[in-house]
Amino acid sequence: MKIGVPKEIFAGERRVATTPEVAGQLQKLGYSVLVESGAGTESSFSDDAYRAAGCEIVTSADEVWSQADIIMKVRGPEKEEASRLTAGKTLISFLWPAQNPEMLKQLSESGATVLAMDSVPRISRAQKADALSSMGNIAGYRAVVEAAQHFGRFFTGQITAAGKVPPAKVLVIGAGVAGLAAIGAANSMGAIVRAFDTRPEVKEQVESMNAEFLMLDFKDEDGSGEGGYAKVMSDEFIKAEMALFAEQAKDVDIIITTALIPGKPAPRLITADMVRAMKDGSVIVDLAAEQGGNCELTEPGKVAKANGVTIIGYTDLPSRLATQSSQLYATNLRHLLTDLTPEKDGNIVVDMDDELIRGATVCKAGETTWPPPAPKLSAAPKKAKPAPAPVAVEKKKPSKAGPVIGVIVAALALLGLGAVAPQSFMAHFTVFVLACFVGYMVIWNVSASLHTPLMSVTNAISSIIVIGALMQISATDTLTMWIATATVLITSINIAGGFAVTRRMLEMFRK
Amino acid sequence: MISSGIVTVSYIAATVLFILALGGLSNQETARRGNWYGISGMAIALLATVLGVVTQNYVILMVALLIGGSIGIVLARRVQMTQMPELVAILHSLVGLAAVAVGYVSFMDHAAEFTGVEKTIHDIETYLGILIGAVTFSGSVIAFGKLSGRISGSPLTLPGRHWFNLLLLLGAIWFGREFVIQSAAGAGITPLMIMTGIALLFGIHMVMAIGGADMPVVVSMLNSYSGWAASATGFMLGNDLLIVTGALVGSSGAILSYIMCRAMNRKFIAVIAGGFGTGGGGSPAAGGDEEQGEVVPIDPQETAELLSNAKEVMIIPGYGMAVAQAQHTVFEITKTLREKGVNVRFGIHPVAGRMPGHMNVLLAEAKVPYDIVFEMEEINEDFPNVDVSVVIGANDIVNPSALTDPNSPIAGMPVLECWKGKVSIVLKRSMATGYAGVQNPLFFEENTRMLFGDAKQTLDEVLKAL
Repeated sequence: MKIGVPKEIFAGERRVATTPEVAGQLQKLGYSVLVESGAGTESSFSDDAYRAAGCEIVTSADEVWSQADIIMKVRGPEKEEASRLTAGKTLISFLWPAQNPEMLKQLSESGATVLAMDSVPRISRAQKADALSSMGNIAGYRAVVEAAQHFGRFFTGQITAAGKVPPAKVLVIGAGVAGLAAIGAANSMGAIVRAFDTRPEVKEQVESMNAEFLMLDFKDEDGSGEGGYAKVMSDEFIKAEMALFAEQAKDVDIIITTALIPGKPAPRLITADMVRAMKDGSVIVDLAAEQGGNCELTEPGKVAKANGVTIIGYTDLPSRLATQSSQLYATNLRHLLTDLTPEKDGNIVVDMDDELIRGATVCKAGETTWPPPAPKLSAAPKKAKPAPAPVAVEKKKPSKAGPVIGVIVAALALLGLGAVAPQSFMAHFTVFVLACFVGYMVIWNVSASLHTPLMSVTNAISSIIVIGALMQISATDTLTMWIATATVLITSINIAGGFAVTRRMLEMFRK
Repeated sequence: MISSGIVTVSYIAATVLFILALGGLSNQETARRGNWYGISGMAIALLATVLGVVTQNYVILMVALLIGGSIGIVLARRVQMTQMPELVAILHSLVGLAAVAVGYVSFMDHAAEFTGVEKTIHDIETYLGILIGAVTFSGSVIAFGKLSGRISGSPLTLPGRHWFNLLLLLGAIWFGREFVIQSAAGAGITPLMIMTGIALLFGIHMVMAIGGADMPVVVSMLNSYSGWAASATGFMLGNDLLIVTGALVGSSGAILSYIMCRAMNRKFIAVIAGGFGTGGGGSPAAGGDEEQGEVVPIDPQETAELLSNAKEVMIIPGYGMAVAQAQHTVFEITKTLREKGVNVRFGIHPVAGRMPGHMNVLLAEAKVPYDIVFEMEEINEDFPNVDVSVVIGANDIVNPSALTDPNSPIAGMPVLECWKGKVSIVLKRSMATGYAGVQNPLFFEENTRMLFGDAKQTLDEVLKAL
């Protein structure tokens, strides 16, 4: 089948749905790849690079839409794009079906199969195809870069000959993927980072990124909703939360908000009053701008100024890091396609029993299949599954009687032996017991890495049994003599072989 | 030609040299000297015996020594390091065979006539020497067959095999009694031969019942037996050198077996009794109901990228590396990565491979410096800091269910905890289970990547990509 990658037509969108590298990997799955000329230019992937990776370059979007069986896009289709989608084709892109019911209806009526990257379920297995996380990661990073751009000072504190520079204080609200990425980026630039989230389980993650987690002095209310996303909180909680933000706003220099609740407008967390309370030159980056913004004064898509505070409301942060975003997004797509192509023969199989594929598929052959049934597994720590019981290492208490009995039996056996055995035997027996002890003491010191040489050398010296054969070889009896000779022969194989192979092995051990 | 006093002194010297030889193996620096001690000890003992005890047939003796010696040296030169377990096993069988031969000759050769209790003791010694020798011989031959793939590695579990073993043991004891009684009357060859048959059968049955993963225990156990056989022969001949040397070898093998059993958390008796999972109360079928999940494959290119971007890499070799003869490629990769500043180390599980220390020998052959090769205990705590663990052809020794699933047949066995690192790459030919026949949840861990294919080929590709 043919995969087609058209140029994104949404204004300002710089990303592309596949990179030359990933296109090469898609071909290994049995697909051929069609790319519209100039599709990757904004993400720094030239047509030549695609060609070198074995892709076919076509000049117009029409050709892509008409020739390809599978269309891969970043942004959801525009009306005119959707009208080009015909039955039997497959479209994979972001779609936001909850926000765009009309588009969903149009796509569904076209008879095509559509997979929405934003609907990939949040299960462990689907992480490789989770484009929201990849994009969130980039948005978080870019948010810090944008903040640094508009912030008039260093992030890191310095003491220089020209005076002392205090470090910037950054508050990150919402510690999801984007929030954590922002924490990481701000931290690595040297800022003091604080973070807040309504879900208490992220406290650990925040602290693992070396940021301070702001605790709300409030009775236990768990903000984790289904699938590890946040949910709407109670009024009292919000009041306490707002008080905390108002207090923090006076102190911090940069606020990065990433608070989103699935399927709802973004919660208003930073009021105009709080913005007024912030120091001049402060920066707010609102990652929720597209869903209305966490800050009251955010203007989606723009940079606003209010009371000396810069409020960045860009809605295309991932697109502003187009090369990186395209790379990650293309890899997410490839992982999804790998799952969709179980035979690796270039034929797509939309298996509705596969939880990952079921979740992502929003319409299939004229039928709307969105929303999917609730995912069974959540990314939140599973409480149902009890920790596996520590292995009952069967340490039967060493019975104290055991060794005692052993010693008594051994002593009795020895006494019995001593009572009947002749002196000559006892002399040999003494030697034997002592030798066992010497062996015991010596062998415990042998290094584990030398166990094989130990075996070959002990094998060689156990052929000392040749002495027995040598004692017999001088016998006058011919049969005895020949058996003894044969024994000498086989033991000498052992002597020479054992020592030689030990030597060979030991030669190899070197520093 | 030389007096018996000189012979005895030479034997004492040989004994001391043998002890020094074993002591020398305590570390790599002194090991080579230790081997020379062993060689000198053997040379002194042989020389003293030839000059002091042998009275005729010198020519035939020399010819036998020369032929045997050359065969031995050729074998030692030719053998590949991956075949060491087979070689060691077949060499053990020779010691067993020699013990049997010496015992028979000693019995038939009535030069040393004893009476009364001494006679009885001597007969018992002869009997024991032949018994242990025969078990060693047939057991080693079967072990050789299993290790070289001539016989299937899976355990042969006959119904009622424990009763069968018990029957053989009782038979051996009863014929021993018969032998002593008949021998006093000047006969006894019949019970002796029947017993030899029983012993051979026992050796075969014992090793047949042991699975491939338990081979390190078997090989070291046979090593031990060959020592005890030599010791019993020493008693029979009244020769202290044989007694001491046999005891040294016997206890060495016994300790090795013990170490191997401890590394697998198995009872020695359970290994000898054979079969897997039969000793414990847990049913081996448990664990099959676990959700298995999905594996994430990776290709050599991506592997190379992961490796070169890592800071700490741990390589965990297993028997699969030996089979694929991949040790040289592994070292090339190690060298390349170390030049790039990646800290590559090796983690060796005590029972990796088919013989104690098998992996160390293979890595040494590939010239991997031994100071980056670590034992499990030394390195297990470091895994949280490891960026990439590469598991090459190992399965049971990296199986987390040994620690988490009390019903697993390998429960409680210490394992290399590579899943605690950031990423584990597992090289495997297919999804088949290891020798223990246990599914490995490691493969389904989120941070595990599977690299399917022949270890040597895939590693060559990884090396190329580096």
